[in-house]
Amino acid sequence: MNAMNAMNDMNAMNAENTPPARGQGLSWAECSARERLAAFVDEGSFHEWLPPAARLSSPHLALLGVPAAFDDGVAIGRATLGGHAVFVAAQEGEFMGGGVGEVHGAKLTGLLQRALRDRPAAVLLLAESGGVRLHEANAGLIAVSEVMRAVLALRVAGIPVLALIGGANGCFGGMGIVAACCDRVILSDIGRHAMSGPEVIEASHGVDEFDARDRALVWRTTGGKHRWLCGDATALVEDDVAAFRAAALHWLAAPRALDLATLEVEHALLADRLQRCPPGAEAPPLWAALGVPDAARVPDLDADELRQRRPALDLIRQGGF
Amino acid sequence: MLWQDLCTALFGAEHAVQADGDFICGEARLDGRPITVFGSTNHAAVGVELALRQARVVLDTVAAHPGRPLLLLVDTQGQALRRRDELLGIHRAMAHLGSCVELARRQGHPVLGLVYDQALSGGFITSGLIADACDALPEAEIRVMRIPAMARVTKIAEDRLQALSADNPVFAPGVGNYVAMGGVRRLWDAQAPGGLAQALRDALADLPLQDERARLGAERGGRRLAASVIDRVLAAP
Amino acid sequence: MTPAVGTETLQFDFPGERRPLPFEPVLVGVVGSGNLEILIEPAETAGCRITLDTSARGFGAIWAAVLGDFQQRHRLAGVALAMNDMGATPAVVSLRLDQAVAHLRWPAAAAAVGEGE
Repeated sequence: MNAMNAMNDMNAMNAENTPPARGQGLSWAECSARERLAAFVDEGSFHEWLPPAARLSSPHLALLGVPAAFDDGVAIGRATLGGHAVFVAAQEGEFMGGGVGEVHGAKLTGLLQRALRDRPAAVLLLAESGGVRLHEANAGLIAVSEVMRAVLALRVAGIPVLALIGGANGCFGGMGIVAACCDRVILSDIGRHAMSGPEVIEASHGVDEFDARDRALVWRTTGGKHRWLCGDATALVEDDVAAFRAAALHWLAAPRALDLATLEVEHALLADRLQRCPPGAEAPPLWAALGVPDAARVPDLDADELRQRRPALDLIRQGGF
Repeated sequence: MLWQDLCTALFGAEHAVQADGDFICGEARLDGRPITVFGSTNHAAVGVELALRQARVVLDTVAAHPGRPLLLLVDTQGQALRRRDELLGIHRAMAHLGSCVELARRQGHPVLGLVYDQALSGGFITSGLIADACDALPEAEIRVMRIPAMARVTKIAEDRLQALSADNPVFAPGVGNYVAMGGVRRLWDAQAPGGLAQALRDALADLPLQDERARLGAERGGRRLAASVIDRVLAAP
Repeated sequence: MTPAVGTETLQFDFPGERRPLPFEPVLVGVVGSGNLEILIEPAETAGCRITLDTSARGFGAIWAAVLGDFQQRHRLAGVALAMNDMGATPAVVSLRLDQAVAHLRWPAAAAAVGEGE
């Protein structure tokens, strides 16, 4: 917290007439979930439900010799964003890889069900998760599925749910599916959004299938830039809390309908991508096939430069997040 | 149980369900009422292609056959573990399938999942677990991950996981366990009067619109906390 | 039923005299590898009660020393600290303890005394 104050002071001195945007200069990836959340919402506006003092931790972890967390790895509650009443959840990637267990999942499901009842302007999921918490196996699997149903219920009700992904652990597994059910997905270039992690794939099918230690490969396969180019991210932002905040504010009031027309367009996007993708599993040939100019240079470009390169394909414009 | 034998038991010899690789699809009739049957076989690894094929069936049914029930037959080893599927966005394809099922539900189509062989992980999340309700045959196997892989990821010894799988509901793979936790609604008894066809009839007659699984898990005692945590969030000041 | 492999639970009750102004519970830290979380709350206790759950078994003497030093410095009264630890070093534990205490506020008279923090 002291480092953050110092950063804000420094930005205030440097910025002359313009006060720094809230969260400016603060790395999303380096924050803990609670630090991220506190800096993201309007100052002091976060009111937590089932806080750590309630001690709703996992009853299952003790059996495996793993310490629990008082909030079971997720903070939920209400807040304001740019003055709009929102519900928020922030997953702690450092605790069990952000994995969803029984209590963690129920907190998310409860939050989403409450949103259906109370109708905030939006629900914001600050997602960082490996998916189902394997230490809770079956309970985690069912929990993730309940979160998914609850997100889809909000889609139907027209209450926007935004997934914000930028933590070091990315958003994988069942949580990756949940985030992709949301109205909007905001990704940083550090963020990853996928299903299975590279280690699991390498363990199953060998290092030639996926070399998990090849970071450049991992990021061009599952990272924010790739997802955004393909239409699987609404916005690509820098690793900066202010950037996430600005993008969230921009997309706050833009739900994506769950109707036949919208799903047909989404289907066309995904089917077209499948059909266009050259043989193999490398990103640059896919980007080129989608119409991205100078595809080989993509990994070297920053978010701003990349924004000029997203293909103007109708499919991505209409069917993308 | 083989999907062919299952379909014959449910619908008699005259049904149009066919397999194309790991993908099952076709129309069948129960008491003269048409049903769209679709899903997977061969312990399918669900990749982008299979997810999209299933989504296509759901969209076509919504477009062309108002109110028609959808029966989702589940036999999967989970998501495909391939770099190409990750590149193409398997997470998105699965979310898309789930969204299509949600649409069908909201448009008045009963959607029933049935695990007739295996169901693992991501393959299960966007099939049985996204239907209005998911039933299972008693011999089905449902789990998150096989023990060797789980041991690698969690760094917990295989024999410890084996021991836990023997009697701990959270780890045990049996369907009875998933029933106790509310994840599976009920098991079908081929020996009961009317056999599997009657079980299907009963299943379709009583599909919930809301997600009842947390409540079921609490009632049945296999998953006690989830429902109370949800209730506490709803009531929190 | 005590699991054969499990976390170790420790509890300490230390005497203390410095009672902070009323405060809302605060959480510092994260339960990650080499890290810990501390929940600090007002409590109906004369001194300072510290309970902890740790994955690193067998370090009771070190915990007693680190926590004893901490309370020697702060002499907290009416405060409870609950901790979930995943193998943090004494240095990290001390850091988190200091972060927790930094959230406390003191009556005017007490603030002048022992403000070595």
